[in-house]
Amino acid sequence: MNKPVEPNSFRTGPDEQGMFGIFGGRFVAETLMPLILDLQEKWEEAKNDPSFRAELDSLNAHYTGRPSPLYFAERLTEHLGGAKIYFKRDELNHTGSHKINNCLGQILLARRMGKTRIIAETGAGQHGVASATVAARFGYPCHVYMGATDVERQAPNVFRMKLLGAEVTPVMSGHGTLKDAMNEALRDWVTNVESTYYLIGTAAGPHPYPEMVRDFQSVIGNETKEQLMAAEGRLPDMLVAAVGGGSNAIGLFYPFLDDKDVQIVGVEAGGKGLEGEEHCASLTAGAPGVLHGNRTYLLQDGDGQIKEGHSISAGLDYPGIGPEHSWLKETGRVEYVPIMDTEALEAFQLLCRVEGIIPALEPSHALAEVVKRAPKMGKDQTIVMNLCGRGDKDVFTVGKHLGFEL
Amino acid sequence: MTERMDRQFARLRDEGRPALVTFVMGGDPDYETSLAILKRLPAAGADVIEVGMPFSDPMADGPAIQAAGLRALRAGQSLAKTIAMVDEFRKHDSDTPIVMMGYYNPIYVYGVERFLSDAKQAGVDGLIIVDLPPEMDEELCVPALKADLNFVRLATPTTDDARLPAVLANTSGFVYYVSMTGITGASIANTTAVGEAVTRIKRHTQLPVCVGFGVKTAEQARVIGRDADGVVVGTAIVQAIANTLDGDNKATSDTVEAVATLVGGLAAGVRASRLEAAE
Repeated sequence: MNKPVEPNSFRTGPDEQGMFGIFGGRFVAETLMPLILDLQEKWEEAKNDPSFRAELDSLNAHYTGRPSPLYFAERLTEHLGGAKIYFKRDELNHTGSHKINNCLGQILLARRMGKTRIIAETGAGQHGVASATVAARFGYPCHVYMGATDVERQAPNVFRMKLLGAEVTPVMSGHGTLKDAMNEALRDWVTNVESTYYLIGTAAGPHPYPEMVRDFQSVIGNETKEQLMAAEGRLPDMLVAAVGGGSNAIGLFYPFLDDKDVQIVGVEAGGKGLEGEEHCASLTAGAPGVLHGNRTYLLQDGDGQIKEGHSISAGLDYPGIGPEHSWLKETGRVEYVPIMDTEALEAFQLLCRVEGIIPALEPSHALAEVVKRAPKMGKDQTIVMNLCGRGDKDVFTVGKHLGFEL
Repeated sequence: MTERMDRQFARLRDEGRPALVTFVMGGDPDYETSLAILKRLPAAGADVIEVGMPFSDPMADGPAIQAAGLRALRAGQSLAKTIAMVDEFRKHDSDTPIVMMGYYNPIYVYGVERFLSDAKQAGVDGLIIVDLPPEMDEELCVPALKADLNFVRLATPTTDDARLPAVLANTSGFVYYVSMTGITGASIANTTAVGEAVTRIKRHTQLPVCVGFGVKTAEQARVIGRDADGVVVGTAIVQAIANTLDGDNKATSDTVEAVATLVGGLAAGVRASRLEAAE
């Protein structure tokens, strides 16, 4: 594909059709289309309504605990011997990850639309937990679809969702992972379209979800900009974040896209290696296609059948990616690289020992890239990495890989 | 070609009965059996045939059609093979309209222009693409109409009068009314509401209106056929195929016959639907 002409701004998308270049759009069944248009209208109203913003800001501050700290990782910086490393600590949020930022925004929108029931899909369970949390907080019944494989490997999160009053349906179709959970959530939505709000967990799906989720998650990047300015008096040299669907990454990246001197790196799940089938690197090893309401890079075969991805991290185990990331790749603004399961595992352990922080496996991928890059950079340079989730949910998985009986 | 479809609906209008539109998944349970079923359908009573293009992630389909798609894919079906099936079918039948139904991604990956040219060449008459609403018409609908293929649009209970003109604008061949908000294979709760919806759509278009999703029995076909210009049956046929398969999901000597028997009954249903109304 030809490289598009570099735009004057990387912050103007999507267009009125919901497209970022050729990516995005509204590829949904007619049953859902009137609702998607209604959602878009309500979202336009909400984002221009100061009272909507004020309520969300207040919840972010008092319920989630924002702003999350920007932490200078002194010991890790010394250990790697290069650039100064800062962590944006969204793992300290209520519910333990960045997912709550988006869920609070969307639940306010659901209430505005007069919906009476919330559905969500989840992979690692972080989004399911965040959805169940906001549904409990606002008094909505919540139904979470989760791949049967994920239900098994993320049992603590399943229990948390149930404690919060959500109903969890294990999805048996396909390989029982995030993609299949999303198919099933879409089937529920098309059936219960009048009453139900679909709380999508990542910056993907039909327009306006990618834009909406990005805007709710941009609180991460906006805070980072202010906090680093206070700490260092300047912008970072590099941003690093893990990308599954890509919501934590776009949240950090978006406010910096027009700051041309800031190098931006997205880290995909390289799984067991890109030469085989067992990875989730849709941008590095996939091709453009249409799935779950948008055109984006997908892992697929030559007949357009979607492949099952693999990652040690259930949260990165999705064969697609948010459409804005596809566009940022095509325009060259963001560099996307794969990190293997084994590299993520090593980074996970390193952070535990050097900084006393147990990270989730998702940001452990971003950390593994930081470990590669920081030593090659000057000591006067800075990297900000999004530490988007805590690792409590992953200790069983990691224990198993390290041969530790739990 | 668009002409074969128009001719068929004109003929049925003259006969004073609705069309029986049958759906089968291309390549289910395997290419040869599926082709044999396809060839058998017109004689069994099908007036229009929808051939499903299997897709790994059929978001609007219930368990029966999901399973049919997976069986076909596991048996090696591809978009190219589904087109080839239609081509084979056309050697034996030049009257029964064929509509290919499925999701956009396999076509997008095949290449839109190449797909339209190959489908047209094979004798396909129209397309139904579930995940392409009118907002995305430039993708495939407009090129398909230029290539003289019908683009059959789905109208649903959520398509209100304000939106209906946009949905009908580039629709041709017939309008496919989805009887409920839901996935294929669920049950129709209210046939009266379906009749009213068909009447509402007919106020906006001259095109035939066919009703699908949830029609399973000859009796339902008869009742729906009072108001509709056609009745679409999919899940029941796909399930009839599934019921005859052996433990390894392979076809048996009953497979083709079971479909023919079911379709024969459904055909009698649609033929009876206007008799009572005329009484």
